[in-house]
Amino acid sequence: MSPSYLSDYAPLLIHILAAMIVAGALLSLSVLVGYRRPSREKSEAYECGIHPTGDAREPFSVKFYLVAILFILFDVEAIFLYPWAYVFRDLNPGKSLAGFYEMLLYIVILLAGYIYLWRKGALDWNR
Amino acid sequence: MDLAADCVVLSAILFGLGVVGFVFKRNIITIFMSIELMLNAVNLAFVAFSRQWHDLSGQVFVFFVIVVAAAEAAVGMAIIVLIARNRHSLNVERVNLLKL
Amino acid sequence: MTPALADAYSLAPVITACGFGILIIVGDAFLPRGGKSLLARIGVVGALASLAAVTLASRHTDDAYSGLIRTDAFSLFLESLIFVITVLVMLGSYDYLVREGLPLGEYHALLLFAASGMAVMASANELLTAFVGLEISSIASYVLAGYRRTASKSNESALKYFLLGSFATAFFLYGAAMVYGATGTTRLDVLREMFVAGRAPGPLMLLGCAMILVGLGFKAAVAPFQVWTPDVYEGAPTPVTALFASGPKAAAFALLVRILVTGFGAANATWFWAIWVSAVLTMFIGNLAALTQNNVKRMLAYSSIAHAGYLLVALAARSEIGIAALLYYLVVYALVTLGAFTIITHLGEPGERRLEIDAYAGLGTRQPFTAFCMTIFLLSLLGLPITAGFLGKFYIFDSALKAQLPGLAVMLAMNSVIGAYYYLRLVRVMYFTEPEQEWTPEPVTAGVGAVMFLTAVAALGFGLFPGPLMTFATISAQSFR
Repeated sequence: MSPSYLSDYAPLLIHILAAMIVAGALLSLSVLVGYRRPSREKSEAYECGIHPTGDAREPFSVKFYLVAILFILFDVEAIFLYPWAYVFRDLNPGKSLAGFYEMLLYIVILLAGYIYLWRKGALDWNR
Repeated sequence: MDLAADCVVLSAILFGLGVVGFVFKRNIITIFMSIELMLNAVNLAFVAFSRQWHDLSGQVFVFFVIVVAAAEAAVGMAIIVLIARNRHSLNVERVNLLKL
Repeated sequence: MTPALADAYSLAPVITACGFGILIIVGDAFLPRGGKSLLARIGVVGALASLAAVTLASRHTDDAYSGLIRTDAFSLFLESLIFVITVLVMLGSYDYLVREGLPLGEYHALLLFAASGMAVMASANELLTAFVGLEISSIASYVLAGYRRTASKSNESALKYFLLGSFATAFFLYGAAMVYGATGTTRLDVLREMFVAGRAPGPLMLLGCAMILVGLGFKAAVAPFQVWTPDVYEGAPTPVTALFASGPKAAAFALLVRILVTGFGAANATWFWAIWVSAVLTMFIGNLAALTQNNVKRMLAYSSIAHAGYLLVALAARSEIGIAALLYYLVVYALVTLGAFTIITHLGEPGERRLEIDAYAGLGTRQPFTAFCMTIFLLSLLGLPITAGFLGKFYIFDSALKAQLPGLAVMLAMNSVIGAYYYLRLVRVMYFTEPEQEWTPEPVTAGVGAVMFLTAVAALGFGLFPGPLMTFATISAQSFR
């Protein structure tokens, strides 16, 4: 690792340090100088003036997880489309569409999975 | 060249952290994340070596690793949710019906 | 033949299996609740079609997909074995699935996907292709291990298999990355040429090889990476255990042989001692731990570890007859274990309650055919003459002696004697012990009966007429020249 490589980052480091010092100074000043009279009303969570009900950290419904996982799967499968698009011309020399049909087959397989999900009700939010 | 070597060292450190996390952590989700860390360390190593050899196949490998890791994560999360529902706990030491 | 078509030919079994798997998945989405048994039939047809497709693949024995896949006698041998196993597992599990009220569609689709992954492992000629095959089979296996969704033991089995399996996969991958870093290639034939040209393996290469061995060691359940095996085998649904003990083990050994012999064959001094130590540990740990088990599934799980040790002895011989012996033993072991687990499935009763060794008391008089088949399987696992297990062990013993490894050969013989104790214990319970509570085993159904009959015929047939199978195994072993 060359010294010049690291020195490129010096301004960034100075910026971070400066930000930390300023923020730290402001926060500690307010702790040192300010008055503090805590009361029950003040320490409550602020919900537009209404009394808070329950905990803010409620467990998520499993439905969120299911949708997230399905999204991840189909999202990540699409990754193969990028290198394919990049070499599309080389995959289809002349007028043949071999590369196109190969990717079409891939999409059809994904579609089969999607149909399965749909019919099994995995995408039905109310179930 | 220097950069590639540094990346390989970093990937070795990440992989080691993943192994340590896998062995010592007690929460299933954390163990699972350790495995993901190991797989991403592999990705970093592949990219670094790909640069070192001026060979693009290393980067294509990364695509495959990412996709397979996602599929594995989906199945893994499903298993973990099943365990959580049946046991109401995500501590591996409670998963002990079968003696190890 | 156009190149694309030739490539498709060499992967014909994999493509067929995947195609039928997808067909089942889509069919499952549209069939009414009562019509699902059709899916089981499609599954069996699919597995048989994949088996037939192996002959299609044999028309194009060469490198395919620019060297990622290699179809040769070795891959054809293992693909045949894998799809035979798949057919038998499907036949043996239909009644179980109905009895336990488990969905039929997904089960058969997952079996086909797992089998296709194993077939890729058998024919992979490149580390990343091997990884993809490994993961296709593993991910399907994780789901299958947890297929009894409401049973805590099944959940736990799936979790353990998943966590340790993906841990092992990460090791395999990191090893592949190191090999790529050391040489700039992950193709096994290119690696071989480098070593043949006299290149000595550097530290990065050694690290890569070691990590690949760790990863595959987990998958093949060899010591010291066998700890997950009994738990996963015990908790998984019994027909799935039958698959685990035969299919993935065969595929993992196929990959191990392919990588070590093709990739690192010319540098075999680097891995010889690792295999030697692992073989000794695996044999002793498996057999000694099996002695104290009271659960039949756990006992056979430890027995499967011990048999992996015998297979490693054949690998340590580093010769063509060693690999031929390994392949022969793999077939015999896989079919016999499959038959034994099918009987355990059959006698399990709803909820898999009947799994203790004592629960088999009096089987000899109550269901003589089942007890007879079980006895053949146990004697074959033990390696008694006439059965195929004896010849398998003899071939391995012979190859170890010819490779100047008398130590390993002696330990193999010792372990066979230890194994006799727990195999014969079950035989004794079946024939010479009366049960405390009266029980009548369920009648043998057509599917289970067929599996029992076929595997018993194989256990005796390959023992009496080893010629054809051994010839095929020898030709397969020659494909590494």
